[in-house]
Amino acid sequence: MTEPTDVDHDPAVTSRRRFLREGGALMGGAVLAGGVAGRDALAATANADNLPPNVPEWMKTPGDPMGSQLYGTPSPFEKSVVKNIPKNLPQYLSASGRTPLQDLDGIITPNGLFYERHHGGVPTIDPAQHRLMLHGLVDKPLIFTMDDIRRFPSQSHIYFLECSGNPVYKKPYGKTASDLVGLVSCAEWTGVSLKLVLQEAGLQPAAKWVVAEGADAAAMTRSIPIEKCLDDAMLVYSQNGERLRPQQGYPLRLLLPGFEGNMNVKWLRRLHVTAEPTYSREETSKYTDLMPDGSAREFTFYMEAKSIITRPSGEQRLSAPGFHEISGIAWSGHGKIRRVDVSVDDGKSWQEAQLQDPVLTRALTRFRIPWHWDGQTAVIQSRAIDETGYVQPTLAELLAVRGDNHYYHNNAIWPWRIAADGEVTNANA
Amino acid sequence: MPTRELFIAALVVVALACATRAQAQSPYGIGRSATPAEIAGWNIDIDRDGNNLPAGSGSVSRGHEVFDQQCASCHGAKGEGGLGERLVGGQGTLATPKPVRTVGSYWPYAPTLFDYIRRAMPQNAPQSLSNDDVYAVSAYILNLNDLLPADATLDARTLSAIKMPNRSTFVGDPRPDVKNPACMTAC
Repeated sequence: MTEPTDVDHDPAVTSRRRFLREGGALMGGAVLAGGVAGRDALAATANADNLPPNVPEWMKTPGDPMGSQLYGTPSPFEKSVVKNIPKNLPQYLSASGRTPLQDLDGIITPNGLFYERHHGGVPTIDPAQHRLMLHGLVDKPLIFTMDDIRRFPSQSHIYFLECSGNPVYKKPYGKTASDLVGLVSCAEWTGVSLKLVLQEAGLQPAAKWVVAEGADAAAMTRSIPIEKCLDDAMLVYSQNGERLRPQQGYPLRLLLPGFEGNMNVKWLRRLHVTAEPTYSREETSKYTDLMPDGSAREFTFYMEAKSIITRPSGEQRLSAPGFHEISGIAWSGHGKIRRVDVSVDDGKSWQEAQLQDPVLTRALTRFRIPWHWDGQTAVIQSRAIDETGYVQPTLAELLAVRGDNHYYHNNAIWPWRIAADGEVTNANA
Repeated sequence: MPTRELFIAALVVVALACATRAQAQSPYGIGRSATPAEIAGWNIDIDRDGNNLPAGSGSVSRGHEVFDQQCASCHGAKGEGGLGERLVGGQGTLATPKPVRTVGSYWPYAPTLFDYIRRAMPQNAPQSLSNDDVYAVSAYILNLNDLLPADATLDARTLSAIKMPNRSTFVGDPRPDVKNPACMTAC
């Protein structure tokens, strides 16, 4: 873990500041190891000089001056809240990093914690040299600069984005909410309706698909049905108010609300309007779903309704019996979340959770339900129902139809087991 | 009506027609035309029928050389996999508990091999192989999968003609395919 450089290189850094940083490092370790209980344990070992009735030291001297961080970073005490990167992968160019869902509140994922998946590393692209080419079955093939793209009427929408392999069907199953479904995130996206850009070139009657290509080392290519391109698809240049991060496709990406993440092509440089899909490697060899009979589903675009309890969740620990709010996130590629049910008795009975407004189409929806933990072993889980009436299935229900060689689109319910000592673990593991 | 006024009226009609047509084509007038040369330079999409495959050719034996130099360190000397994916074998395993998905067992269309190798491989230097060498490596990988004889040479026509063993097992999206009855009590 690295310090923010603008703090580290500040010659005016004080001993108080170093104390904070070292304290942060200690705390980071405690949080990683012990989850919720880790924070409580550290509080118990805090310097009594800073606790009531004493006045804490950070009130007895001025804080950092304005401008000490030109781009703000989280408190050093939050340095353990980082992307969840798998250890010991054979290579990290085609890999994924997960959002620490269990450490986040609300529905918006901070840009620095948004999940990542790329196939040829993260390119560094000068926007002044980036071009979007639109060609194929159009009246007038066009090339756009980034300035051109930003001249179009803009729009902003909050949508989730989810990798289709989140998680896979085979064991071992992850220990934390992030391990399990951390390849989902949610942001406010700003850009232009793809429909406007396509109309600028003039679609020909035979146009049925748009092949999108990224300007990365994989030249990642996916075919998008024209219906989606003319519906809610966007060309996005900003995320949560600032320009896209390189990991999210800077300077331009495709955003297809509700469709599997891989189709939301990053570093977008080319749109090829065609009559047929291109049948690229990413839509034949990959991102197809093998069935037990050896057949495989192709063009499985939508992410179905899903939810997970993020607090309490795996590797956290309930400090004591008594009141605990159960909270989590739900989402559906088919629209709005209509209802989330929660069970605290291993699925024997279910209660409807409260949904936090706003409940937006194809966005994360925060749900909560109050719970009194009696200190006994318990299994808690959530079940999302979307506006189409579709109900999130159990892992057993999914496996019975699709088998465990199915790789993508696992939207199973994930139950958490709470032990008598408060430790939370994956009940399916 | 004087000729001059008729002429002006006609001009107005023509101008309006032009404006309407221009508006139908480019409502915002943003962007510039892409030239055929620019499109040709960037459009490397090969579809399943092999459309847009370039001129050139490559033999299995040349492909063996290129593979040893450029591919084997990740994919194994015989495409058995390593740091990179396994490329060879697995035919007949897709309906078993341990399916092995490779070019030979799973990929439905041979032209996709050219498309993918050219755009993305080798991982440390994508788009560095000549078209001839991409044909050659494609030929060698197909040969390793017993889908091409050792003395074969591939070009646009012959690559497009190859029928992959798994081409007809892909189906559309039948979801929602899994039902949860959403029991509320006494479940």
